[in-house]
Amino acid sequence: MKQTRKEKILIVDDSELNRAILADMLGEEYDIVEAENGLEGVGILQKMGTDLSLVLLDIVMPEMDGFGMLDIMHQNHWIDDIPVIMISAESGSSHIERAYELGVTDFIARPFDALIVHRRVVNTILLYAKQKKLVGMVADQIYEKERQGNLMIDILSHIVEFRNGESGLHVLHVRTLTELLLHRLSQKTDRYSLTPAEISIITTASSLHDIGKIAIDENILNKPGRLTDEEFAVMKTHTTVGADMLENLPIHQHDPLVKVAYQICRWHHERYDGRGYPDGLKGDDIPISAQVVALADVYDALTSVRVYKPPFPHDEAVQMILDGKCGTFNPLLLECLQENSEIIRSGLAGSDSQTQRDQREMRNISQEMHRYEELTASERTLQLLEHERMKYSFFAAMTQEIQFEYTASPAMVTISAWGAEKLGLGETVMDPLHNDDVLSLMAPEWTQGLSNALHSTCPDQPVVTYDCQLNLNGEIRWFRIVARATWSADEPARYMGAIGKAIDIHDSRMKLHALEQMASHDTLTGLLNHAYAKKRILERIESRPTGSFALAIFDLDHFKSANDTYGHSFGDHVLTYVAEKLRQSIRDGDIAARVGGDEFLIFLEHKGDVEPVVSRIFEALCGTYEDFTISVSMGIAPTSTAGCDYETLFHAADQALYTVKRGGRGQYRFYDESMKQTLSAISPIDSGGGADTASADQKGEGQT
Amino acid sequence: MTLQECYAAMGGNYEEVLGRLRSDRLIQKFVLKFMDDGSYQLLLDSMASQNYEDAFRAAHTIKGVCQNLGLTRLLNSSGQLSEALRHGYTPEADSLAEQVGRDYQDTVGAIRAFQASAGI
Repeated sequence: MKQTRKEKILIVDDSELNRAILADMLGEEYDIVEAENGLEGVGILQKMGTDLSLVLLDIVMPEMDGFGMLDIMHQNHWIDDIPVIMISAESGSSHIERAYELGVTDFIARPFDALIVHRRVVNTILLYAKQKKLVGMVADQIYEKERQGNLMIDILSHIVEFRNGESGLHVLHVRTLTELLLHRLSQKTDRYSLTPAEISIITTASSLHDIGKIAIDENILNKPGRLTDEEFAVMKTHTTVGADMLENLPIHQHDPLVKVAYQICRWHHERYDGRGYPDGLKGDDIPISAQVVALADVYDALTSVRVYKPPFPHDEAVQMILDGKCGTFNPLLLECLQENSEIIRSGLAGSDSQTQRDQREMRNISQEMHRYEELTASERTLQLLEHERMKYSFFAAMTQEIQFEYTASPAMVTISAWGAEKLGLGETVMDPLHNDDVLSLMAPEWTQGLSNALHSTCPDQPVVTYDCQLNLNGEIRWFRIVARATWSADEPARYMGAIGKAIDIHDSRMKLHALEQMASHDTLTGLLNHAYAKKRILERIESRPTGSFALAIFDLDHFKSANDTYGHSFGDHVLTYVAEKLRQSIRDGDIAARVGGDEFLIFLEHKGDVEPVVSRIFEALCGTYEDFTISVSMGIAPTSTAGCDYETLFHAADQALYTVKRGGRGQYRFYDESMKQTLSAISPIDSGGGADTASADQKGEGQT
Repeated sequence: MTLQECYAAMGGNYEEVLGRLRSDRLIQKFVLKFMDDGSYQLLLDSMASQNYEDAFRAAHTIKGVCQNLGLTRLLNSSGQLSEALRHGYTPEADSLAEQVGRDYQDTVGAIRAFQASAGI
């Protein structure tokens, strides 16, 4: 990777003059990035990562000192890739010691000598570049070795299969199944203490399970019919023969792979109940490696074509194994088989197992390497990473969005430049859950709620949508935060932090609220409409089934004459005036609604006698509006006499109102049994708007 | 007034700083820049508001800058002041701060005189 661009150096020092001196010494050969305290430095590291070749770091600084920044570089493992030279007037040995302990490469005391600073910077960068290259070379070598090792094992096991007349996929299937079962098993129990490394070794060694067959007569191996007892006795020896071959290897006998392969070769035909061969081992006396391969072997034999049988479908094969028709197995392994059943069914054909992913990857990488001959695999990976980082920061800078990335350890949030400006925060904020600026932006209950929501996700469902209020310079606005929690890849997964963005949903939320308001309220008077009032009343009755309530309906006497004399708009003014009077005279928990026309509804809860309350409201409603005398007729139905069913209650109040109207208006009356047979004042029940004010009154009058 | 004479007036060590920075041009550039450094103002403000943590940092920064520029006299007083404030306020800090003030004024005065005579 030829580089013509300059390497970048980050200078972190609170004195501009000091930074300028250093920049002057180094500026010709390097690109200089400056930060005036540790916090800013961390933000730049977060953004630029290994794009930086070196950090020159002061100790005493505001916001976050040099040691604080080193701590964070340590926790994020940045210090592994980016060398730090500390420059400070602090020459006490305890400071120097602490700096070295935290992983700095070098320590330069002030006053510094231009030549020394320059030389040490150059040396350190060269040293790290060399080290990086060496690490890359070693990684490439290991990778290549591993690949070749797997290749050799593949070739070897294919030779065995060729003799066997099998498809050549058997080894691959057994390997894939072995790996799947082992992963599941390691999640279920600690009994076999299966580390990822061990799983990998057993998986690789599984390919060798049948190498003993190389010594079996081809006529027996490929005999289409049933084997005679003698032939079967010969066939059985493939276990011990394979094991002997491995045991007698002139070298590598103590290699873990060979040891595991030995177990698998010798014991993959043992049975959990002790009735297998060659040694009749029982239960967990059989090494787990051999137990798993035995199960994988049986499954694949069932589902593949053999000279003596057609293939069984997946479900049938699994059922046969569970029913114990093909030997007995460790119950735990049977559980693993069942739990992985779907993956295995879809998996073995076009599987996505680690083994096959590796192979695909290997192919891809080797192709890539051909294309970029000068690049080694690890350099290529780094380049891709750098490319992704560049892509990300480009898009982040373009979109006008509040994007953020939160890491749990160290607790830190970085916000996109546009977002930080919008929120009035720095681009990097340490310990945001306890930061005053963050908490005044987003109240503690919101921050805590978001944090809890993210913590309670799981790696399979890591996305959280969280609506909350943010205080933007004194204006409270609703935001929707969509965030994805990041979980570590190891088991059990640990919460690492989150990425996400915040979207301003204030306007659409307010619009929705206004629409709801419109749908539930009468446009003329602003009282609830009938449909919505009914809903609220039902809720109220349901929430307090033992409460005492009363429903009152009233209308305005001679309202039609107001409309006729002064015109409809005067009528509307009267209705608005009455609605306002009504609002003022009811208590907080009461419900008031315009039922339609000049008819209104009141729903009250009461502890003692309800009459004083009703009387007070009734008195308050009567009066004059301009020249028009407001007189009210009201019928009341308490739940104690009319019951709690809404329709019955409403009908009873209606009948009481009718009785008042027939008795000369201008009064209120409670419903009683005597009104049972009376007619309705409001019929049919109308929950419409204000357009039919006049006709509603006529209806009432007409029936009186 | 030459840069050397200016250093003598400031109580600085010209030979030492030339040994390290290796260029008259650089020394002159940064000495002139010294007047723009905000640390002294920060020291005054934080001493006045009794914010001794900031005062310590300001004194420490002045000390670091003086080290780099070989301004020995101011280096000594600011160094003593920063030690007096390292673990919070101590009674000698007030008189040391006054000493830093006098040395700072001397230093800036000398630089101004140099600036004027060099016609920069």
